[in-house]
Amino acid sequence: MAEMLIKNGFVFDPINRINGEKMDIAIKDGKIVGSVNERRAKKIDATGLTVMPGGVDIHTHIAGAEVNTGRLMRPEDHVKDVVRKTPLTRSGVGYSIPSTFVTGYRYSKMGYTTIMNPSMPPLEAKHTHEELNDTPMLDKASYPLLGDWWFVLEYLRKGDLTECARYVAWMMGTSKGYAIKIVNPGGLESWGFGRNVHSIDDEVPNFCITPREIMCGLAKVNKMLNLPHTIHLHTNNLGLPGNYATTLETMRALESVASGDKPVAHITHLQFSSFAGDGWGNMRSGAEEISKYINAHNHITFDMGQVIFTDTTTMTADGPFEYTLYELSGHKWVNTDIETETSGGIIPFHYKRNNAVNATQWSIALELALLIEDPWKMFLTTDHPNGGPFFAYPKIIAWLSSKKARMATLKKCHKKAQKKSLLPSITRELTLYDIAIVTRAGQAKALGLKEKGHLGVGADADIAIYNINPEKTDIARKYKTARRAFGNAAYTLKDGKVVVKDGEITQHVDGKTIWLDVQTAEQVKVDEEMKRRFKEYWTVEYDNYPVFDHYVKVPSPITVKADV
Amino acid sequence: MVQPKLRVTLLTGRTIEQGVGKEQGKSSHGYFEACSMVYMDAEDMKKLGVRNNTNVLVTTPNGSVVLKAVKYTRGSTPGLIYIPYGPWANAIVSDSTTSIGMPSFKGTPAEVEAAPDKPVLSMKELFKSQFGR
Amino acid sequence: MSIVKAVTCPVCGSLCDDIELTVENNEVVKVKNGCAMCESKYLGYKSEHRIRTPLVRKDGKFVPVSMDEAVHKAAEILANANYPILYGWSSTNCEAQRVGVELAEEVGGVLDNTAVVCHGPSILSVQEVGIPTCTLGQIRHRADLMLYWGCDPWSAHPRHLERYTSFTEGRFEDSAWKAYLQKVKAAAGKKKLVSAERLEFVKSRPRPQTQACTISGPPQTLKKDGRKLIVIDVRKSMTAEMADYFIQVEPNKDYEVMQAIRALVRDHELDVDKVGGIPVEYLEEVADALVNCNFGVIFFGMGLTQSAGKFRNIDVAISLIRDLNRRTKFAIMPMRGHFNVAGANIVSTWQSGYPYGVDFSLGYPRYNPGETTCMDVLLRGESDASLVIAADPGATFPKRAVEHMVKTPLIVIDPHMNATAMLADIVFPSAFVGIEVGGTAYRMDNVPLPLKKVVEPPAGILPDEEILKRILEEVRIIKAQKMAKQAEAA
Repeated sequence: MAEMLIKNGFVFDPINRINGEKMDIAIKDGKIVGSVNERRAKKIDATGLTVMPGGVDIHTHIAGAEVNTGRLMRPEDHVKDVVRKTPLTRSGVGYSIPSTFVTGYRYSKMGYTTIMNPSMPPLEAKHTHEELNDTPMLDKASYPLLGDWWFVLEYLRKGDLTECARYVAWMMGTSKGYAIKIVNPGGLESWGFGRNVHSIDDEVPNFCITPREIMCGLAKVNKMLNLPHTIHLHTNNLGLPGNYATTLETMRALESVASGDKPVAHITHLQFSSFAGDGWGNMRSGAEEISKYINAHNHITFDMGQVIFTDTTTMTADGPFEYTLYELSGHKWVNTDIETETSGGIIPFHYKRNNAVNATQWSIALELALLIEDPWKMFLTTDHPNGGPFFAYPKIIAWLSSKKARMATLKKCHKKAQKKSLLPSITRELTLYDIAIVTRAGQAKALGLKEKGHLGVGADADIAIYNINPEKTDIARKYKTARRAFGNAAYTLKDGKVVVKDGEITQHVDGKTIWLDVQTAEQVKVDEEMKRRFKEYWTVEYDNYPVFDHYVKVPSPITVKADV
Repeated sequence: MVQPKLRVTLLTGRTIEQGVGKEQGKSSHGYFEACSMVYMDAEDMKKLGVRNNTNVLVTTPNGSVVLKAVKYTRGSTPGLIYIPYGPWANAIVSDSTTSIGMPSFKGTPAEVEAAPDKPVLSMKELFKSQFGR
Repeated sequence: MSIVKAVTCPVCGSLCDDIELTVENNEVVKVKNGCAMCESKYLGYKSEHRIRTPLVRKDGKFVPVSMDEAVHKAAEILANANYPILYGWSSTNCEAQRVGVELAEEVGGVLDNTAVVCHGPSILSVQEVGIPTCTLGQIRHRADLMLYWGCDPWSAHPRHLERYTSFTEGRFEDSAWKAYLQKVKAAAGKKKLVSAERLEFVKSRPRPQTQACTISGPPQTLKKDGRKLIVIDVRKSMTAEMADYFIQVEPNKDYEVMQAIRALVRDHELDVDKVGGIPVEYLEEVADALVNCNFGVIFFGMGLTQSAGKFRNIDVAISLIRDLNRRTKFAIMPMRGHFNVAGANIVSTWQSGYPYGVDFSLGYPRYNPGETTCMDVLLRGESDASLVIAADPGATFPKRAVEHMVKTPLIVIDPHMNATAMLADIVFPSAFVGIEVGGTAYRMDNVPLPLKKVVEPPAGILPDEEILKRILEEVRIIKAQKMAKQAEAA
């Protein structure tokens, strides 16, 4: 395969502590190498441009049953953003729930090369993988929803962590998943009969277990299995005023599992879990309290869940939360409970600047991102499409790196939200180095993806080149320039191939699907008893449940050696 | 003598025999038997002087078709006739989609009269008469 | 001889995956666990109605041709068409459906599946009001009230009740089978009594009434513990005979009956005696049952989507479920017909954004049922070619729609000589999906299941996916040649 040389760019590679150094990046066979034959190699002149590892998204709903139901229910979302077929690319629709091809193209245009699809009901995992096969340009992985799976609830209740770990290991391989996803632990099982849990010590009906026991149990299981990522947690009481207290309690509960400086949990879309106040009338930011805690502890990472002022589609496995949104909005409402495993809900939602709650939400995410000092704990997301569509990331980059940018937006927000916002008091502006951490390096590190998020020798040659000259452009002042640049990569390279040039797709490539092959000393016993139990729990046969190898177009399993 | 006619509501739909017949093949005898018939209410049949398993002519604004009348034995359905899905039903159903793409397969007005001497067409004959193929 | 277990049945939307087949000499000889339709399919697929070779109509008669010739002819028709229809897709696997979307995009055609004549209106309603639903296992474990409205699973989804609803054992709810058996026994006892009466062995007594709404008071069965089964339909179907409670609604009156129940659930009083021919006191009884269950579910079928009101019937049904969720837990689910019509909607949606009736003629997907479904296009007489695969519009579309389809070149891909194939210009024989070729299908609750290949297809017979890929490839070649010619001329 061809050799390539990216010459003379300003390189931002935080994992290797490279901060804007002018240097060349050599590529061979889709990997970064120490050097290549200068004469033979194809060259990209990156003089005056910013070079970063390809973007990594730790949490974005882009494929699977729920996303697709969102697409199905929202023709009005598609009609305003149609995408024509070209000789190189397929047609489709965009906006908040783009069709699969368009999803791949748009991420690629922003210089992203790896995404994590965070909400996969194992029973419908085949669907997720079929869609991922049709999502080009990106490497991708999915998190199976395990927090309310009956097997987990039963083994944790019995205190049998080892057996629980074996089943989780089995499920990773069976569903071709990457990390343990927990959503409103206990709440989803309760939702099966229309109820919910309201604190981390509420008992789950019929199962005699609490959310605290589920989260801590699975965090321990995660450690026993040596999974590359931590548990990926959507907290209880998400989206409700006053929930920052639940979030603090959750983080404190997880201290018991922590050891050393290693994170044990990733709290996703933290913005939605950082509301203070005791009702919608006096809802305000809990970012100060939350950030104080996270600054003092090292066992938590999080992503923002930034709100964008636009019409979008909320979708989560948190069925009871979506029901709350339905009660609030009266909007069209989808609920999809999945037997033995999880639930789900969808509501279209328009975040408005002149709505005090929405504007406060917008502010909270930025406050969290800026008040939490260590950028390696914080990752940029919108919880696409919950806070807004992913193609708004350049806007968020601008808000994070430019006080001028965020004040310009804050000025247009609801007066009440303006008054309460902490943003005017925050002067921090993220640098390009910080941006490289929160949009790729930190995310790859938290995910344990060793070949992603950096440009060291041996890394995948997934590279983004942006039209920003850090010597000439101060992104804090020229935030519009930065926004444009991050929205239209000068080049995107996937596995060493140029797939985007000047914001246009130049080549349609299939990305890999990554999952974990977790090897436990003793495996789950698949005998007649297990099959019988299986038949009792699900309405499909054991033989038809797994995601077979042929469901993955470009397989890329990672083998993990467990301690059990 | 004027033939008595009965104004009815036409429903088309699934029967298990139609379901089994379609899996055997659309040109199978089972499918023909299952679909070229119409379920009628016993009292209605009496009114028309139609006996079980004899032929009737069903007419709508969209056309008419000869079918074998069969007595519906599970409860009474006065004023209702039921034809299993198939080319025979389609010869007369309303193609009005009320602007949403779905024809009116159920609940349209029709007329039934006895036709003991008219034959039920096979699918081939029916197509020949409709489409010339 | 070999036995293949856990086979997914490729007939209806229930997608039972516990079928056991005995295979001998590359032929299915025995079917275990299946219903009548399942057996008919597995034992009848090799019948004399099978197409053996590609056929082309010449002078009104079918003539066998080679695969290459048929592919070229079909591709030429599609590549040269301005506004072709690509219809069907519901009896094939998702793998073929994926190629189908690509082909429709390539030729700028109208991509549509059988939802247009079954649950298209349901989809329109989902787009209006959403849908609170769940997977079938959730119902098996939790539901204590099932209401089948305008559908007859006994005829169309024969194992639905035994696998997913009334007659299955769940974690929190037991099967109502025993209670049903008792009822059947009691009914048999009654029958004996009646025949005895007729024979004048016993003194004549007033005959016991049936449970239709013609009786003087609502039956007590709705007050029983355990799972309850209610059926609302225009005629007493087989399913209705098994129900605890049956309400016979007048044709085309479902909408107002449902609105009445909705009003009652919202604690409004009705100031009429009857709605849709049903005494209000019965509707009150039903409303009470709905509100007081722990987990209820409504299944609905063509009785709602095809009668007056169409998608408005589903609108109000879903709205009823929305209301009920403020009182208890409730779900609603369409009874999907073809075994993979759900998959056709799903694949079309993830690739194009829209579930059916997708018009690619402008180079991007457009969707506006009433304008862009193949039914609309056919009835307006606008299409200039059709490709039909894995469905049989010749047997399912109104006459006038078929008339136009036959007027323009018609390509059919199907294992059997079905009604549409009989009318076609080019016919491709294909392998039976779920018997001779595997793949994926989606159950009515959108759960994906693998289909199994249990026998080899007859020599020379290709799977749908393969045939479509070859046509697509040929279309691209023809289009490229055309472009080159135009360039030359210029």
